[in-house]
Amino acid sequence: MIAALRRGTLVCLVAVVGVLVGGSSRTASAGALLPERGGSPNADRIASLYTVVLILAALVFVGVTATTVYALVRYRAARNPVAAQIRGHTRLEIAWTVAATALIVFLAVFSMTKLDAIEHPDRAAASPAAVAAAGVGERSQDSLKIRVVGRRYVWRYEYPNGAYAYHEMIAPVGVTVELDIVSVDVAHSWWIPKLGGKFDALPGYVNHTWFRLLKAGVYRGQCAELCGRNHADMLAQVRGVAPAAYARWVERQKNEIAAAGIAAKRARAARAG
Amino acid sequence: MAIGDIPSTQRTSVGNPELIVHHAGPDPAPGWVGWVTTTDHKRVGVMYLVTAFAFMMLGGVEALLMRTQLAEPGNTLLTPERYNQVLTLHGTTMVFLVVMPLWAGLANYLVPLQVGARDMAFPKLNALSYWLYLAGGLVFYGSVFFSPPEAGWTAYTPLSSGPYIPGNGTDAWIFLVHLTGISSIIGAVNITVTIVNMRAPGMGWGRLPLFCWSMIAQAVMIVLTLPVIAGAVTLLLTDRHFGTCFFDPACGGSALLWQHLFWFFGHPEVYIMILPAFGVISEVLPVFARKPIFGYKAIAASSIGIAFLSMLVWAHHMFATPLPFVVLVFFMLSSMAIAIPTGVKVLNWVATLFRGSIVLGTPLYFAAGFLVLFTLGGITGVMLAIFPIDRQVTDTYFVVAHFHFVLVAGAVSAMMAALYFWFPKMTGRLLSERIGKWSFWLQFVGFLATFLIQHSLGLSGMPRRVYSYRADTGWGLDNLISTVGAFILAAGVVLTLINVLVSLRHGRRAGPDPWKGYTLEWFTTSPPPAHNFDVIPRVRSVEPMRDIRDAIRDGRAAGGSQ
Repeated sequence: MIAALRRGTLVCLVAVVGVLVGGSSRTASAGALLPERGGSPNADRIASLYTVVLILAALVFVGVTATTVYALVRYRAARNPVAAQIRGHTRLEIAWTVAATALIVFLAVFSMTKLDAIEHPDRAAASPAAVAAAGVGERSQDSLKIRVVGRRYVWRYEYPNGAYAYHEMIAPVGVTVELDIVSVDVAHSWWIPKLGGKFDALPGYVNHTWFRLLKAGVYRGQCAELCGRNHADMLAQVRGVAPAAYARWVERQKNEIAAAGIAAKRARAARAG
Repeated sequence: MAIGDIPSTQRTSVGNPELIVHHAGPDPAPGWVGWVTTTDHKRVGVMYLVTAFAFMMLGGVEALLMRTQLAEPGNTLLTPERYNQVLTLHGTTMVFLVVMPLWAGLANYLVPLQVGARDMAFPKLNALSYWLYLAGGLVFYGSVFFSPPEAGWTAYTPLSSGPYIPGNGTDAWIFLVHLTGISSIIGAVNITVTIVNMRAPGMGWGRLPLFCWSMIAQAVMIVLTLPVIAGAVTLLLTDRHFGTCFFDPACGGSALLWQHLFWFFGHPEVYIMILPAFGVISEVLPVFARKPIFGYKAIAASSIGIAFLSMLVWAHHMFATPLPFVVLVFFMLSSMAIAIPTGVKVLNWVATLFRGSIVLGTPLYFAAGFLVLFTLGGITGVMLAIFPIDRQVTDTYFVVAHFHFVLVAGAVSAMMAALYFWFPKMTGRLLSERIGKWSFWLQFVGFLATFLIQHSLGLSGMPRRVYSYRADTGWGLDNLISTVGAFILAAGVVLTLINVLVSLRHGRRAGPDPWKGYTLEWFTTSPPPAHNFDVIPRVRSVEPMRDIRDAIRDGRAAGGSQ
């Protein structure tokens, strides 16, 4: 029996180690034990909050598991032939109910103190130079607003100057980007793990989130709400570029779309004529 | 009289005379006719259990199909269409055709025996609820030959209501929800009336077995929430076929309304599936620790507390949808609060083991496995209650891992404990302890390998319900581990199935009370006669059967109620 119990503990340990090893083989430790981070302050703040909760959770889990295993080993019939006939202990029960409540209250209060910084875009922290270079506005409080449109099975991004793009969103580094997320057909969910949590795109509703890229690079994600047969192929990515490069790109994109529109109109006219 | 030789003829009338008059019917017809025409709660219970185990095999095969598909990136075993069908079948089967009816079956069998009644309050309604359940299952699986549903077991609108999925599979899903829903509501009323009205003399509410307490709490949740989902799927049906516009934003409906209605049922549903498991654990632990349950009142009260709170937490399934800030905060706090009564239960269970004289039987193995793994599932539940964290992990493999810890390591482990514990009562034969322990370790290791790693997959960005993933995501190894684990877990379940089939004929004879149980079902023969008890004893504590054993040991008269 004891051998069997030890085997069980061993298996648990091996499994935990397996998770750790599986994680360390990835590029970053985030993603194995913690949510992805490193793309945007809100994702980092969620990961920090998660870390605190995970530590408390681990303490509770280890406590319950260790006590259970200890009881199973120490109080097995062979070692403890006579069971104590105890029906309860009111003071002890009140004590642990209060302790459990206190832990939950602490978690609630701690989480509440972190909500504001995660939920609301920190416009003031954006770099004024970056904001100006991206052509978004003059002040650091100004943010870039991009409309994200979910459609089976591709994401479309609409920029303030009328330009639009599919699949890959180009965004300036150091500028707060606010997203209005909508859908034209079924429910989708916008999610780039390194840039924060996911937000559903529901037809008839506008959902909001934000990010501010900390450095240039490509941030990958995909649709997280079952939207049909090719749900798994509805990928998304955000490419962070220097603000000036963003300003050039969004202007060029607008002009190219306009030019393509004119060309298409001419072609139609030529066909008709 | 000695416990072992209660004669099968009915000769003593004690307790409530009305109960006896009800059940002096003829013996059941022999063979299968006796089964299909039965209104005996024990036979109905066994039919429930056998049917639900059969559906569990189907649901398990569907799970293995999905795990095999995901074992390596870019696998082509299942087409995207087929994968969505299989995931919808798996989720729906496990919720509506396996876990709920397993508990309905166990409660059918046990509740009348535990309260010292001769049958359920409404035996014919009881049979009806089984046949409605079977009809629901057949209607649903009938769709396999046409176009199976593929909108997931949550059937989110507008995917399920609009022109996005060809075929009528979603209608089969709707009828399944209707049929099994009516079945559950009838069953819940029956269980409630039985417990309220038909308890043995002396069995006040403070002496009701904890399994019955959990079934009362569950019945209340069923009666309050299943009508809501029945209404919601009716709206969905009229949206699909009769031109109404409840969920379609194009003509003034709301896609979010479906999610509110679904989860108003869907979250209590989780507790509908897990509360009976709590009841089983509360019955198994004290018997194998040779100790009374620690904190009977706290455990009974926390079941009621959980049932109440479970109706106030539904929107935590919708933290990624557009909800006002104050709503997010309310549902975060209410969802965290539900951890308190649940935590109290866990602590009471651990305290029940403390200073006991623990007999390491197979039911206790499964109960101990439940304690450890369910606790982990409960803890990740608290993490999911914090909505910024939820938005990172919801709709990913993290949440898949979370609810499988609750429903497989929780509900299914408890069901395994219940099977090994009560199989001797139902059949008169013990299951093999050796095979049982092998089955436990395979399930335990297989479960951890399958689902622990999935937390990690979710944290690194793998959404749920994807038929495939690219190699450059780096999810290949974790998925392979998970798939191997799923096959080990399946082997463990199959081993228990073999154990059942072998022990039915060759198992050791159990006698009426193989575990030295505490509750009244151990007072009668195994299997019990059609009328359950010749004599209904007067109940004087939470452990009436222990009182009877003590009385016999001390040479006092046993059993009689006066």
